[in-house]
Amino acid sequence: MDIAQKYFKTIKDVPIEDYFAPGHRLCAGCGPSLAMKLTMKAIRMPTLVVNATGCVEVSTSLFPYVSWRLPWIHVAFENTGAVASGISEAFRILEKKGRGKMHDVIAIAGDGGTFDIGLQALSGALERNHKMLYICYDNEAYMNTGIQRSGATPTGAATTTSPAGKVIPGKQERKKDLIGIVGAHRIPYAATASISHPLDFINKVRKALEIDGASFIHVLTPCTLGWRYSPSQTIKIARLAVETRYFPIIEVEEGRVRINIKVNKPRPLEEFLEAQGRFRHLFQSENKHILEMLKQQVEENWNRLLKLEEIGLYA
Amino acid sequence: MSELKQIRRMALTGDEAVAYAAKQADVDVIAAYPITPQTIIVERLSRYVADGELNAAFIQAESEHSAISICLGAALAGARTFTSTASQGLALMHEILHIASSMRAPIVMAIANRALNSPLNIHCDHSDVMNARDTGWIHLFANNVQEAYDLTLMAFKIAENPEILLPVSVNLDGFILTHSVEPLEVLSDEEVQQYIPHIPYPYRIDFDRPLAYGVMALPDTYMEFRRQFYEVIMKAPPVFRKASESFSKISGRVYDMVTPYFVEDAEIIVIALGSTVETLRYVARKLRGRNVKIGVAGLTMYRPFPEKEIANILANAKCVAVMDRAYSYGGVGGPLYTDVLSTLYKNGIRTMTADFVYGLGGRDFKLTDAEELFNKLVRSVEIGAFDQDIYWWGVRE
Amino acid sequence: MTEIDVNKIVKGEFSWKTLPPAAMIKVLTSLEYKTGTWRIEKPIIDQSKCTRCLLCWIYCPDMAVKRIDGGNVEIDYEFCKGCGICAEVCPPKAIKMVEE
Repeated sequence: MDIAQKYFKTIKDVPIEDYFAPGHRLCAGCGPSLAMKLTMKAIRMPTLVVNATGCVEVSTSLFPYVSWRLPWIHVAFENTGAVASGISEAFRILEKKGRGKMHDVIAIAGDGGTFDIGLQALSGALERNHKMLYICYDNEAYMNTGIQRSGATPTGAATTTSPAGKVIPGKQERKKDLIGIVGAHRIPYAATASISHPLDFINKVRKALEIDGASFIHVLTPCTLGWRYSPSQTIKIARLAVETRYFPIIEVEEGRVRINIKVNKPRPLEEFLEAQGRFRHLFQSENKHILEMLKQQVEENWNRLLKLEEIGLYA
Repeated sequence: MSELKQIRRMALTGDEAVAYAAKQADVDVIAAYPITPQTIIVERLSRYVADGELNAAFIQAESEHSAISICLGAALAGARTFTSTASQGLALMHEILHIASSMRAPIVMAIANRALNSPLNIHCDHSDVMNARDTGWIHLFANNVQEAYDLTLMAFKIAENPEILLPVSVNLDGFILTHSVEPLEVLSDEEVQQYIPHIPYPYRIDFDRPLAYGVMALPDTYMEFRRQFYEVIMKAPPVFRKASESFSKISGRVYDMVTPYFVEDAEIIVIALGSTVETLRYVARKLRGRNVKIGVAGLTMYRPFPEKEIANILANAKCVAVMDRAYSYGGVGGPLYTDVLSTLYKNGIRTMTADFVYGLGGRDFKLTDAEELFNKLVRSVEIGAFDQDIYWWGVRE
Repeated sequence: MTEIDVNKIVKGEFSWKTLPPAAMIKVLTSLEYKTGTWRIEKPIIDQSKCTRCLLCWIYCPDMAVKRIDGGNVEIDYEFCKGCGICAEVCPPKAIKMVEE
């Protein structure tokens, strides 16, 4: 069930104006750049963006070129949650004291700056429930610095610091359940999204912006260079991630799960994996067990979500 | 409430005085993380906010790194921000300290000077702020609780000056000042508002005038931005003087970047930071009674280093003793000693100079220590030389 | 002080005195950087096949598909990087990637 298209019912309803501008240095076919554009389609009032160090940040703010059309702040890598908290509280108190006006605060960070180094600041911000939307664009590795593994890299994936080697074939560890971690904070609104489903994503951004408290969206954004596929395939691969149940599209409101896109007849995970070079080694016979493990993780996760939706609470 | 406006003298600890100043300054956002010996500042402010005495957002961050990040965001949004920390907390903030100054955020931070680990030590020394020396912050040092209060107010004045727009730290000795009750005169709320009215931050985040903050600069431009920064921080001395002038008009108290005490005809001058300055002055006065030509120079502003003022004071001294409550391991000497030596050399002053490393980890520096030190200095002058460059004072050999 | 002349900066015609403080600059200057020079193939829309579904418009990561009067689209070749997503997602295959 797709999120009720409450704000933008069809593509034609999506505003024409762009607050994310062309001329940015992101790769041709870059997933995160599309996520930025889609996010900016949903803004509703004076808004600003706090951005962590990463692909989006360096590619959209290389002095003297800035490819944003609204106030944009970059401080460091791991403190997006904190900087956004400060800005949000400042505007709230300044408006109260008659010296400023409220702005919507959108904190944007990659998986590196959220799952790993930025997790503490995110957790603190969520616990304190400041009014802000935190968007994690997930390309499943530290792409900006050259495709190093992160806590978001899935089992089996090859990265430069978890290469498909003769002895250790790719990342051995699991991908962190970030939406679970966020859900456990019981914030008013959290969701996952994919750039392959733009209306769902844009509506979620708008829904989140209207929350008077903390909100969070985890959006999957394939990386043509890091995932090793031809640029034109970005949308197809993002869609396969959803259709194979690899990346479930859900909402979590105060800890309660709702699956937005019920993938009743999932495509085989192999279709998603074989489209990307980073999983190529999993199709060698000696690595078959890792492929099976990944499939099992996806199935278990899906069943768990179904159960949680029944029970009600994520954590 | 109206009684408070009449009472101008209070007895407060250093922490309490700083919190009171921040309250009167009508700060908008406070983000802090508790660490001994700063906790009272944070607790007081939290109480002021909870009781409605201070209209501010009080945020207890989940770490000091986040606390200073919150303040940075808030400052760019145009809020008057305040925080406080010590020791490990300041060290944890380190990355952001550089960024706060280079992003021109007028944050005011009280540092309850405390030793850095390891070993863990919660008592006073200056190693924490010395580690933050080169972060582009303006560093002020209080000698007593009155100064802790006054300098906090002056810090806002200096930080928010449109020519400056830099973060300022107010340093007060951990426990010695933070937890000692001393009498002080406070201004009225109106006087404080008159001294430091809210002025809009010129580059505040505003959707109607959208700017990009913290962009990336390549080798072709980065160095120019740093040269620009150097120009800005060197404007601090005249701005300090202006802030001090207008402060003295309201309070009657005058602050110099360096406070001279009996230095005019002094043969021996001792230089120090923090509460030790008062210990030294007390003993210096005693010795002057016995016709020993000794003087004390206390630095109120440590960064930018008041080079000219120090050079003028030391120009005719026969002997200079620098008190360092921290050390620069692997360096030529303690941080203050290194600054003083450079100043002397640059200004063509050749005089016997020694570094006295003292009081680390809260090791007490008593009046008797000061007397012993001064006697040593007198003897050294008679001999004509020091027997060491660096003295570790009061260490069990 | 927050306004800059991008072209002067790129040519090196600036000093530390003329740069904006702390590099706080007015936004939107990337419009001066024409990423169209990146591409090695470019999309051509066969308008007769176009069904005005706007999928190419919504999916272009570079905002290089422009909506003109309601449902029609055209490519902004100044910024199009030639990634080929528009051609890939177009349902009636009205967009072809041709060598630049």
